[in-house]
Amino acid sequence: MLIRNLGAIPSSEITPKTTYLNRRNFLAGAAIAGAAAVTGVAFRDLADLVDPSLTAQANAKIDGLQKSPFRTTEKETPYKDVTNYNNFYEFSTDKYEPADLAKNFKTRPWTVTIDGDVKKKQVLDVDAIMKMAAPEERIYRHRCVEGWSIVVPWIGFSLSELIKRADPLPKAKYVEFTTLYDPKQMPGQRTSVLQWPYLEGLRMDEAMHPLALLCFGMYGEVLPNQDGAPLRIVLPWKYGFKSAKSIVRIRFTGDQPLNTWQQANSREYGFYSNVNPNVDHPRWSQSKERRLGEFLKRPTLMFNGYDQVASLYSGMDLKKNF
Amino acid sequence: MKLRLTKIAIFLAALIPLERLLWKAFHDGLGANPIEVITHATGDWTLILVLITLSITPLRQITHQYWLIGVRRMVGLFAFFYGTLHFLTYIWLDKFFDVPEMLKDIAKRRFITVGFAAFVLMIPLALTSSAWSIRRLGGKRWRRLHRLIYLTGILAVIHYFWLVKADHRKPIAYGIVLSILLLYRVGVWMSEKASERGKQLAPAASRAEVTKA
Repeated sequence: MLIRNLGAIPSSEITPKTTYLNRRNFLAGAAIAGAAAVTGVAFRDLADLVDPSLTAQANAKIDGLQKSPFRTTEKETPYKDVTNYNNFYEFSTDKYEPADLAKNFKTRPWTVTIDGDVKKKQVLDVDAIMKMAAPEERIYRHRCVEGWSIVVPWIGFSLSELIKRADPLPKAKYVEFTTLYDPKQMPGQRTSVLQWPYLEGLRMDEAMHPLALLCFGMYGEVLPNQDGAPLRIVLPWKYGFKSAKSIVRIRFTGDQPLNTWQQANSREYGFYSNVNPNVDHPRWSQSKERRLGEFLKRPTLMFNGYDQVASLYSGMDLKKNF
Repeated sequence: MKLRLTKIAIFLAALIPLERLLWKAFHDGLGANPIEVITHATGDWTLILVLITLSITPLRQITHQYWLIGVRRMVGLFAFFYGTLHFLTYIWLDKFFDVPEMLKDIAKRRFITVGFAAFVLMIPLALTSSAWSIRRLGGKRWRRLHRLIYLTGILAVIHYFWLVKADHRKPIAYGIVLSILLLYRVGVWMSEKASERGKQLAPAASRAEVTKA
């Protein structure tokens, strides 16, 4: 079983620069084999998942999902809403357009560059990343800075799994995420409504928090293109724009990254952008939100209801560090 | 007769945006965030109809299609109609009659402040749109009052510009159209001033011509 699994690793990820990866992959494979033994993952299905020709078609099922304790019991937002109402400015500033404009977006082959203050600078194939840990289903609340929210069953594993493997240097205090820049495929990038490529950042302890999700699926399936395929992060206690989509680079750094929205308007969008009903956006209130599918607005919760992150910000003035 | 048919056609056309919204509402077509769609559609059409209203006078003067003045009131009233729907969407669907929250909004959020002002300024215009009001006020005073529409247009564009997150292309496009329509009026006003001054400078000459005739 193991041998068969290793056979499915795309050759593209085995680059001369990163020969040690073989051992990594072997270990990752072993980890998956272990997880599979426990959860009853069918390896044939797992192989399907990582086969480029198959993953190219959207909505392939992801099997062997671990149930994560991170799951709200609130009603999930309908799939059609989460896939037809997307703030994905790389495609369009109109939330109803990415569903169509991202239809032919190519998510394979796809590599993620890991560099900066890190022991193991490397270029990883997205399929190798997806095998680093067993996929979990986590049902998170997701709050947009615009005042609407959704509940989504995401699939992935803790971002910390990847960071641990990347082995950052002690001087790395922050992690920066870069979204793909490809105006040919992403028509929104042909206009300069934002500075491209899209950048986001986290403090290292935020990135290592177990809630921070490295995500490649939702609703039991591979992530649809308009939702940030093939690889994104999901940070449920922060406004949605912090959860960078279609990631091609993860850089470790000693300096606080300048995220795109802060760069666009630092008065309105900060580095932290934690969901906070007590700190209004300069132009609108953040005290309430409209859950898609509901008529009356509901109160917005501190850290979007994820109190377990509060200790990350103890002693900080969250009005200043918005 | 022809004007009446044109008016009926414009009346029906102006209702299309509302019909489309209603049709979508009853066919599950308003998408994930229906209230946002209704807010944006009614707001867009208010601004578009204000701009159409403002373009009737220049169009009439340039093309010499003088009948156009006959449809201006209706288009203006439709602008007010969609503005009212936009305002009702805000107080009913968005804020659900939460008055303290709305007052806070109007005072604190500048895009709400200017949007609200733009709407309020339309109310006296709608109330004095009848022929009776024009007679009552007198043409000169009525025209002066109805110049408030310029302010409504300016405030509406600012309202739109201030509410978008990063993509200012649409409010800028509306702003350019509005600027052209207002600059046209400034141009007309300046040339009238100039010709008046011309008359004052050469009164003898013109009088001489009159006597000759």
